[in-house]
Amino acid sequence: MKNEYVKLLIPLIAVGLCCGADWPQFRGSLTNNVATSETPPSKVSPENIAWTAELEGRGASGPIVVGDKVFITSTTGFKQDQLHLSCFDASTGKRLWERQFWATGRTQCHNKMCVATPTPASDGKRVFATFSSNDVVCLDLEGNLLWIRGLSHDYPNASNSLGMASSPIVVGETLIVPVENDDDSFTTGLDVKTGIARWKIKRPRVANWSSPAMLKSSPEAEALVLLQSSEGVDAVYPETGETAWQYEQGAGRIPSTTVGDNVLYVPSNGLTALAPGSSSEPPKVLWQEQKLSPGTASPLFYQKRVFTVNSAGVLTCANPEDGEVVWRLRLKGPFSATPIAAANHLYLVNEKGLLQVVQLAEEQGEVTGEIDLKATILATPAISDNSLFLRSDEHLWKISSK
Amino acid sequence: MKRSGFLFCLMFLFSSQTILQAYDVTQDIAQIKQVQKEGQGNLAASKSVQQLSQADASALIPILSSFEGANPLAVNWLRGAFETIAANAIEQKKLPVDQLEKFILDKSQNPRARRLAYETLIKVDPKAEDRLIPGMINDTSVTLRRDAVQRLIDEAANLEKADKKGQAKKVYLQALSGATDDDQVKAIVKPLRGLGEQIDLQKHFGFLSDWMIVGPFDNGDKKGYDAVYAPEEKIDFTSALEGKEGKVEWKPVKTEDDYGIFDIAKSISAYKGAVMYCAADFYSPEEQSLEIRLGTPNAWKIWVNGKLLFARNEYHRGMVLDQYIVPVTMQPGKNVILLKLCQNEQTENWAQRYQFQVRVARPSGTGVRSQKPEATTQLAP
Repeated sequence: MKNEYVKLLIPLIAVGLCCGADWPQFRGSLTNNVATSETPPSKVSPENIAWTAELEGRGASGPIVVGDKVFITSTTGFKQDQLHLSCFDASTGKRLWERQFWATGRTQCHNKMCVATPTPASDGKRVFATFSSNDVVCLDLEGNLLWIRGLSHDYPNASNSLGMASSPIVVGETLIVPVENDDDSFTTGLDVKTGIARWKIKRPRVANWSSPAMLKSSPEAEALVLLQSSEGVDAVYPETGETAWQYEQGAGRIPSTTVGDNVLYVPSNGLTALAPGSSSEPPKVLWQEQKLSPGTASPLFYQKRVFTVNSAGVLTCANPEDGEVVWRLRLKGPFSATPIAAANHLYLVNEKGLLQVVQLAEEQGEVTGEIDLKATILATPAISDNSLFLRSDEHLWKISSK
Repeated sequence: MKRSGFLFCLMFLFSSQTILQAYDVTQDIAQIKQVQKEGQGNLAASKSVQQLSQADASALIPILSSFEGANPLAVNWLRGAFETIAANAIEQKKLPVDQLEKFILDKSQNPRARRLAYETLIKVDPKAEDRLIPGMINDTSVTLRRDAVQRLIDEAANLEKADKKGQAKKVYLQALSGATDDDQVKAIVKPLRGLGEQIDLQKHFGFLSDWMIVGPFDNGDKKGYDAVYAPEEKIDFTSALEGKEGKVEWKPVKTEDDYGIFDIAKSISAYKGAVMYCAADFYSPEEQSLEIRLGTPNAWKIWVNGKLLFARNEYHRGMVLDQYIVPVTMQPGKNVILLKLCQNEQTENWAQRYQFQVRVARPSGTGVRSQKPEATTQLAP
């Protein structure tokens, strides 16, 4: 009898191994841009494009991957008020389903970005899509609607005339949705099952395009959510929204904080390395380095090194102990997408659609491959199934080893 | 034993079928329509939408019909169920195409529901576009109308290329009668003007062009946004008021700009840390639900007949047509619109604009003019 169960489990295990780890939200499961168990191609060429799927409308949001499905958002219509959530088969690129909704909030955006700029998120059972209109939709992985919120419908002054870009993240049973802007500025934690707010906290009244990060000091420790704004970083409890500690030396409003080895790397005063605080102690600044000031892309911590990309397209590798620059590599920029890392390589796609793969070494990084996808790409790619998933307005690509 | 089992299965199947057939979608639709702001009703609606999504194609028209009277949140919930059912119906080749087409043509139905029906229909019948869209140039559905306008623009452009200028002008004018989206209006007006046609875009969009204006009042440290200056308490065009730089008086201004933009920085002064008040009146033949559509890179508040409609404390995040849409009920006769426009003290080049544009429109986007074009002369001292 036991053998029968084992037989039944084998296909499931195989699927798990084949599909690899999920990339369930902006910057991956730990919001740190890193895929630890994946080996995407290290030397890419056009032959590595496993499939290309057609998309319509606009979209600067990244793809996410859950199991054997890729989810992506986009918008159509003259006013970008048709909100799309689409699901593709990760193996074949076949569109499995698509659902559309109407924006209930404002859809005005800067021309460079669009209403579908926030990357969706998933808890493995549900997929959550947010848009610049501050609509939040939750569907199951088969495309069945579970709940909807219209946060600008609820709070009409929660909007940004240049557009909202912050991506939501899931921490435990809470979906963290930043709605930070010049007027009615807040972040809310929604119950993943119902969409009802567990908490809603006021935030600095300044437009903010950065996204939350997760801080988990150990596998057993309670995760904290890092909310970055022009005033600094607030670490809050995901269940309640209560503040655990604050860093108050200001921070950028586009690139987002990342975490590595329990140290925060905050786009603040160039780049600031920050040891987390606690309820009794404030966080401690370890170092600040102007030379590491990131452009639009968020910083990255990988293999005991810190990486930033500046607005000139220069990739800088630094020592996380003191912020000292180890090496620099001029890439072909500019970059909006955040670099992602796996298997000793960084993957960087510039705004013109040129994917550059950088092999890491102690002395110097080296570009080991390029693919020119010949399209404007602002979205941060995903890594899953030992492959890269990238999107432009018109296409979704899977790039795999041959 | 085997026989009784078989009978039991038959009974079970029969009863299941009976249950499925007896499923009444109206209760679930009604439950979904109860959703309100801040997630009120989400719990019950979530159960209903999941149940409704499993219904067969016969639920499609009842769902579309229920859009009328539903709030925008509920409409999206209903759409979610509709799309799941429609996707299954298309796969099973059971989409009720005739009913959908009838629904699309029924202009008493909700415009968004009709559009959704149309988008679903053309997935299985792409030729429906040629059949349905040409008659929708003045449709209440913004997007059906847009498609109809686009066909006319394309037709007129082809006529123009064929040097049939008279016919082209006629078709462009027909297209303009239904056009409300700016890209289409531009695509029509440029060739029309090239063909010698005079086009009054202010009139087309319903821009307010004549204003009374007073200021500057103090907005140092952006405190003027919350400060209540005299025009907020009483509009009296004959009184001199205490402004930021001494006494100020109301004066009439007029914009000739196609898009109704009045540029305070260029036409009056590039004030910094200032508040200006702008007033216009709008004559309505009857009580009507309209929209005030405003564009400005400055912080603002707007009142109609003394009632604050909306306020927005945001500076220099761009300015576009219809940037803000504020619902308003215009009263019969004269309605007084008061706009408070605040400029901050930022010094960057991109933070110097001090301007606005205001139009009155129907929810469909069609411009509505004041019944008295000389309205602002009524306001003048």
